[in-house]
Amino acid sequence: MATEKEVKKVNEPIKGMKQEDILSPWKIVIKRLKRNKLAMLGLTVVSIIALAAIFAPLLTPHTRDGVNLLNTNAKPNSVNWLGTDALGRDYYTRLLYGARISLTVGLVSTSIRIVIGVILGGIAGYYGKVVDGVIMRIADIFSCFPFIPIAITFVAILGPSIYNVMLVLGLLGWPGICRIVRGEILSLREREFMEAATALGISDYRKIIRHLLPNTMASIIVSATMGIASAILTESALSFLGLGVAPPIPSWGNMLSDAQNRYVLQHRWWLWIPPGLSIFVTVMSLNLFGDGLRDALDPRLKQ
Amino acid sequence: MAEVVDNIVYGDDLLVVNNLKKYFPIKAGILRRTVNHVRAVENISFTIKRGETLGIVGESGCGKSTTGRTLLRLLEKTDGEVFYNNQNIFELPKSEMRKLRTQMQIVFQDPYSSLNPRMTVGEIVGESLREHGLAKGKEVSERVQEVIEKCGLAPYHIRRYPHEFSGGQRQRIGIARALALNPQFVVCDEPVSALDVSIQSQILNLLMDLQEDMGLTYLFISHDLSVVKHISDRIGVMYLGSMVELAGKNELFDNPLHPYTQALLSAIPIPDPKLKRKRIILQGDIPSPANPPSGCRFHTRCPHVMPHCKTDVPEFKEAADGHYVACHLI
Repeated sequence: MATEKEVKKVNEPIKGMKQEDILSPWKIVIKRLKRNKLAMLGLTVVSIIALAAIFAPLLTPHTRDGVNLLNTNAKPNSVNWLGTDALGRDYYTRLLYGARISLTVGLVSTSIRIVIGVILGGIAGYYGKVVDGVIMRIADIFSCFPFIPIAITFVAILGPSIYNVMLVLGLLGWPGICRIVRGEILSLREREFMEAATALGISDYRKIIRHLLPNTMASIIVSATMGIASAILTESALSFLGLGVAPPIPSWGNMLSDAQNRYVLQHRWWLWIPPGLSIFVTVMSLNLFGDGLRDALDPRLKQ
Repeated sequence: MAEVVDNIVYGDDLLVVNNLKKYFPIKAGILRRTVNHVRAVENISFTIKRGETLGIVGESGCGKSTTGRTLLRLLEKTDGEVFYNNQNIFELPKSEMRKLRTQMQIVFQDPYSSLNPRMTVGEIVGESLREHGLAKGKEVSERVQEVIEKCGLAPYHIRRYPHEFSGGQRQRIGIARALALNPQFVVCDEPVSALDVSIQSQILNLLMDLQEDMGLTYLFISHDLSVVKHISDRIGVMYLGSMVELAGKNELFDNPLHPYTQALLSAIPIPDPKLKRKRIILQGDIPSPANPPSGCRFHTRCPHVMPHCKTDVPEFKEAADGHYVACHLI
C-alpha cells in the first residue's frame, strides 16, 4: 500500500514529462506511424498512385482510347512516354487509367471480404459450439468452390462489369479471414480479461467490438494488405477471360495479359514492364504501410 | 449439511451458499459424448456475513477458484443455490443478473492476463461505468481518477497501457476496475499469488484499507495460509472439491479438528531454524476429481482412517460454536 507521502509524490508531474505524453490513443498511433519511415514511404507511394489515378486526365495530353494506327508499337519517346501498344494507344495514359480499375477492385473487394469475414469470424469464435460449427462449415463450402467457374457463372448471370468482379472477389474470398479471426477470438475468449468483462456486466456486442476485435487487428491488417495484392492479380485473370472490364477499358491486369506472348515479352518490354512494376510497387507499398500500421496499433511495442 | 442453512440468520448474511455443485463434463469419442464429470465443487455450503472476509484455502485443483467463479455466476452451477441479498442468483434472468453484477466483483490472480492489453487504464476502469450508465462524459473520468487514486495510482496513469506497469501496479488496476462500480462483495481469487512478497503485503493492506473505507465483503481465495490468516475473519479449508472445515481464523489455527487441516497447518514454515515441530506428512497424491474416493474424500490419505470412512460421507456439522467440520472423528 502506498503511504500518503508516496501517493503525493506520484501525483506530481514527473520531470521531463511533456504535455505530449498525455495524448489520445489515436494521436499516439499517428505519431508512431510517422516515426516508421518505411510505412510512411509506403503510404506516400500509394497516395501518389491513387492521386495519379484520380487526376489521370490532367496528367496526360492523350486520350485513353485514342487509336493511332500509324504509330503502333512505338518505343518510349518524348511524345508517348511509355510507347504505344498494338493499336497505337498511348501506354502511359492507359497505365494511369488502369490504376483506377486496379486500385478500386483491390480496395473494394478487400473491404467486402473483411467485413463479411470479421463479422462471421467474430460471431463463430465468440459464441462457439453450434454457431461456430454452422459458420465454419459454410466457410468450408465457400473455400471449396472452384473460384473461376463460380466467378464465370456469377458474372454470366449479372453481366460482365467491374462491380460484379469486386462482388465476386469479396463474396468468395471471406473464408480465409473468417478463419483467422475465429481462431484468434477462440483463444482470446478464454483470457482472464474476458472473464473480467463478464463479471463487469459488459454486453456481448461490446465484448466483441471493444475487447476481442482490437486484439485481432494485427492479423486482419496483414491479411487485408495481402488481400489487396491478390485481388488486383485475380482481377487481371478475370479480365483475361473477358469477365472483368470490357476491352477498351484498361486495367493493369488486362494490360499484362495482353502482353503475354513471346514476341512481346522479347521485343516490346514497355508493354509488360510498366504494368507489372506498377502492381509490384503498389502491393509492396501497401504491405509496408500495413506492417507499419499494425505495429503502430499495438500498444505493447516500444516506440 | 442442511442444518447449516437452517441456522442462517438472513439479515446478517450477504451471501448464502447452499449445497453448491459444479461438475465439468469430460467428453470423449467421435460424438463428443459425456463419459464422466470432473467434480470440481461438491456440495459446498457456507455463508458470508456483511463486511467480513471469508478466506478459502486448499491445494491447487481443489476447487477454490471454481467456487469463487460459480458464485458470481461466471460459471453456471450444476446444482445448489447461491443467495445474494436473499436473491437466488441462478434464477435471475440475464438482464437482472447484469444489474446485479455491479454489486459483486472479482479480482483475478494473474495481473498480466486479466487486463486487456489494447485498452488504456482509463478505459479499463471506466468501461463498466459507461456500460451500466452510472456516469456520463466527464463524470466517468472523474470517477475513474477517484478510484485509481484510492488504489494508489496517479491520475496521469489513466492514459497508460497495462504493459507499462509493474505486476503490483497492474494488480492495483485490477482492483480499481472491480471497485469502480462501488460493489459490496468482491471475490479475490488469489490476488497476491503472482506477486513477490514485498508487493503482496502492499496489496493485502490496500485490500484491507478499502474494505474499511467502502464496507466491502470479501471472499478471499488463496493457497497461502499466512496470507489468509492475515486478511480473513473466518477460514474455510477445501480438499478435492469439498469443504472439510470452516471456523474463525484463530479457532482454526489454534484448534484444527480435521486431519487435513492439521496436516496443512503443520506445513507452514516457521522462521526459526531452532524450533522443531512435528510435521504431518500426508501419504500419496491428491486423487483425481473425476473419480473421487467413496465415503470421505480424504480417506485415502488420512492418518486416522477408519473402516466406515470408506463408505459413509461425513456430515459437515458444527463441532463447536461456529466451527464446522466434516469428519467421522468428531
